[in-house]
Amino acid sequence: MRYIEPHAHMVSRTTSDYEAMRLAGCEAVCEPAFWAGFDRSSADGFYDYFCQLTDYEPKRAAKFGLPHFCWLCINPKESEDMVLAREVLALIPGFLERPNVLGIGEIGLNKNTRNELAILEEHIDLAARFNQLILVHTPHLEDKLKGTKLILDLLQADSRIQPGRVIIDHVEEHTVSLVLDAGFWAGITLYPESKATPARAVDMVERAGMQNIWLNCACDWGRSEPLAVPQTALEMRRRGHSAKAVDDLIYGNPLRFLSQSPRFRIE
Amino acid sequence: MTRQQVLDLYFMDARCKLIELAAFLDRVERSDGEADFRLAAIREALPLLQSVQQDKAKAVLLSLSDPTNEPLLSAPGKGACGAWPGAPL
Repeated sequence: MRYIEPHAHMVSRTTSDYEAMRLAGCEAVCEPAFWAGFDRSSADGFYDYFCQLTDYEPKRAAKFGLPHFCWLCINPKESEDMVLAREVLALIPGFLERPNVLGIGEIGLNKNTRNELAILEEHIDLAARFNQLILVHTPHLEDKLKGTKLILDLLQADSRIQPGRVIIDHVEEHTVSLVLDAGFWAGITLYPESKATPARAVDMVERAGMQNIWLNCACDWGRSEPLAVPQTALEMRRRGHSAKAVDDLIYGNPLRFLSQSPRFRIE
Repeated sequence: MTRQQVLDLYFMDARCKLIELAAFLDRVERSDGEADFRLAAIREALPLLQSVQQDKAKAVLLSLSDPTNEPLLSAPGKGACGAWPGAPL
């Protein structure tokens, strides 16, 4: 089995997790910028974080022959502070030429506020001006439905944005059709408690079809499972899905989306 | 998969989760003090499981979701609790 992990916060994980992912068949790992679990006190903290994502982390992954890519942004949990958010946004163009940067992400909403929306709009503009792929985080739990609708409205209002170059992540049963029907890619995130379990993820794929969907573990510093994608592959095989169908979903689909970036190249 | 195969694969897991939910409700009910909106949200979702229609998971998620459309003026915090407390007063 081979797979691509398109969304994992490896800065929060141990080196042993890289090894376990590689042993499970991981061919590449992609890391969106996210919230550290605490608010950073200045844009300098983000500058260091972007250096970590574009310099240090690829070297750590390379020790196990694992190509590492990343996405850059200020996450919605910290974008309520618009002064800080705009200072961080100003840093991003200076990193976009680094060889492992795939695009802008994970941008989106957290509590669906006006400030979060304003900064999301500025991220979308940045992505459009620099012709970058976009990875969108949708809010958690009770905020997801409303946030997904607001995000879709904003993306669809910008004529420069091509839906096929945007992945909207963390979809669940009540949002997956909203995203796919609008022409965007959908990401299903596998978490032990919130988001989706392997069984529910396979249910969604069986009902929505495998076109334009990827699976990811989004493993971070919270309760999460870095091997959730291969575990879901096993779930598919238990239900009788073919090896090819599994490969198409966990390797072919992320490869197809991510290859829209000229920087995403794996052997 | 046939219905029998689905039962063979998933019945024990569903049985376990059903009993966990029942035990959770027992635990809440024998404890002191007032419950907040989250218990009511679970009680409102439970009848959805009896529907003969498909999309029961979606219906439960919708019942726990903020149904409004307007952005908030400011964030009340960073976290989400899993159920919508209702419109702010």
